[in-house]
Amino acid sequence: MKAYEIVTEPINPQLYADYVLRPEAGAVTLFTGHVREWTRGIRTLYLAYEAYIPMAEKMLAKIGTEIEEKWPGTKTAIAHRIGELKIGEIAVVIAVSSPHRRDAYEANEHAIERIKELVPIWKKEIWENGTEWIGDQRRKPEEGETP
Amino acid sequence: MITIFYFAGLREAAGKPQEQAELAGRTVNELLEWVRNQYPNLSLDAVRVAVNEEYALPEDVLQAGDTAALIPPVSGG
Repeated sequence: MKAYEIVTEPINPQLYADYVLRPEAGAVTLFTGHVREWTRGIRTLYLAYEAYIPMAEKMLAKIGTEIEEKWPGTKTAIAHRIGELKIGEIAVVIAVSSPHRRDAYEANEHAIERIKELVPIWKKEIWENGTEWIGDQRRKPEEGETP
Repeated sequence: MITIFYFAGLREAAGKPQEQAELAGRTVNELLEWVRNQYPNLSLDAVRVAVNEEYALPEDVLQAGDTAALIPPVSGG
């Protein structure tokens, strides 16, 4: 594994938690983002993720550097899976360790926010009666458009 | 020559993942104009351009051998 990677196989979150654990860390936060079946009444059958892999890995590493500057003493690992993912499967894992828990929680949330802004990864939702590349907020099903 | 990458909905609408174009010496803005002319039905609203895997500014100038990726709004996580 790498500390910041795009993967095509199922994610084992423990690998990333183990990677960031160090003797000086008193806390590890481990976030896993999963494929959700229902989004405001629309049933998703599965998701397909695509990435611009080399740039996405660079941007994940950049987020890790940002975190280490903003919360000194933390260590971060992030992986995002691409390809077809079934309901409940892990799409993203973020592990952060820090001496005390507050930094690990805050840094972990910062990482997912930055992923959603910055990292070239795209999600296609496949429904019973159609598909849609998600990204343009105006076209999300929860905004009222019929898929 | 530069290489242009298309992703997600742009890839499907353009019908190809990448292509080459004679755009060395032109700006990122001119690249977007070129794409708009080639594919009038492509939605380029909110599309960002990454040159050699870094987000670029509209006035950045492309060099021969560059890769320019059209990045539609991202939706990871």
